[in-house]
Amino acid sequence: MRPFAFDHVSTLAGAVQAAGHAQSAFLAGGTTLIDLMKLDVMQPDVVIDINRLGDSALGKIERTADGVRLGALVRMADAAAHPDIRRDLPVIAQSLDLAASAQLRNMASLGGNVLQRTRCTYFRDVSYAACNKRSRGSGCAALDGVNRMHAVLGVSDQCLATYPGDFAQALIALDATVSIVGAGQKAR
Amino acid sequence: MPNASSPAAGNASRRNFLIATASTAALPAVARAASAKAVLAQDPRNVSAPIGLALRVNGGERLVALDIRTTLLDALREHLGLTGSKKGCDHGQCGACTVLVDGRRVLSCLTLAASAEGRDITTIEGLAKPDGPLHPMQQAFIDHDAFQCGYCTPGQIMSAIGCVREGHASSDAAIREYMSGNLCRCAAYPNIVAAINQAKGLMKET
Repeated sequence: MRPFAFDHVSTLAGAVQAAGHAQSAFLAGGTTLIDLMKLDVMQPDVVIDINRLGDSALGKIERTADGVRLGALVRMADAAAHPDIRRDLPVIAQSLDLAASAQLRNMASLGGNVLQRTRCTYFRDVSYAACNKRSRGSGCAALDGVNRMHAVLGVSDQCLATYPGDFAQALIALDATVSIVGAGQKAR
Repeated sequence: MPNASSPAAGNASRRNFLIATASTAALPAVARAASAKAVLAQDPRNVSAPIGLALRVNGGERLVALDIRTTLLDALREHLGLTGSKKGCDHGQCGACTVLVDGRRVLSCLTLAASAEGRDITTIEGLAKPDGPLHPMQQAFIDHDAFQCGYCTPGQIMSAIGCVREGHASSDAAIREYMSGNLCRCAAYPNIVAAINQAKGLMKET
């Protein structure tokens, strides 16, 4: 793993500010990030631990006037076990219940789950230089590789990696809205 | 004489080969470290030097100085001498490194030690006092011969405790599903299920 600067933040504003660096990465559960950093696939210079934000609304599941608000730092296991989710939005619970393993579900955050990277073996293996996801313009080793497990629909001549998550599919099915916070703005 | 010298010659060439291999391997690492240093030099929060961490392990606070890249697993094994937690795949797939953090089972190989600061870490070494009885789950694994080589066992036991605490040990099927993050190359699975069934009624903690 390459060296990196490490920072803990405890406010949302602090997290946005810390991420001003071009090669920074947020660390929540770490189940994708640490794995891919060990493989040298992800190479952040600055890692910003945002787990302390879990004490805020980002770590909570709350009922709203028009539905339910899921904090990005709620852990997969906690969302799947939440009684309101199981009763009113079972598709969310089902999409989380049997994903990965119990340990990974205890660690992984809902925000990180949506943002998880593809499992394309060529993306995960840096001995293949050609990967447009890792290095833009380098090509795609999967196009002519062992690609039986790759995408059939929505592919291009640049990439045929699949998106691995189940939870995001449930969000799409429910027509959910994702709130994003960035430098100086909030978006939905 | 040729007979006597050939093993020595063989050793010498093997040693030379190893040295040559190590030198070759070291080159990119040196170059990489230099470029990383240049990048970090631009950042005032340069933490390429070891950082001091206070880790609360098995009820006691332990002070360590670690490279920031150190995982919780490596901190436990290499710096604190707690080698019960095992390194299997080191990529979160096998479960051999499972420990409890704030009472929840997690994978120490995918946790940075720096992220675990201030949390309660429990390893297999912390389940029973040195002169006390074994934890019911440890005893159940012995009673049911729930291992063969034993390499996955500390992770299996920590995970099994988490499984029971989460309320996911209500049936054999539930145990099998919720223990699926712990692989056993010796395939002691039926005995592991039997052990968890025994221990779940004896575990008093919540």
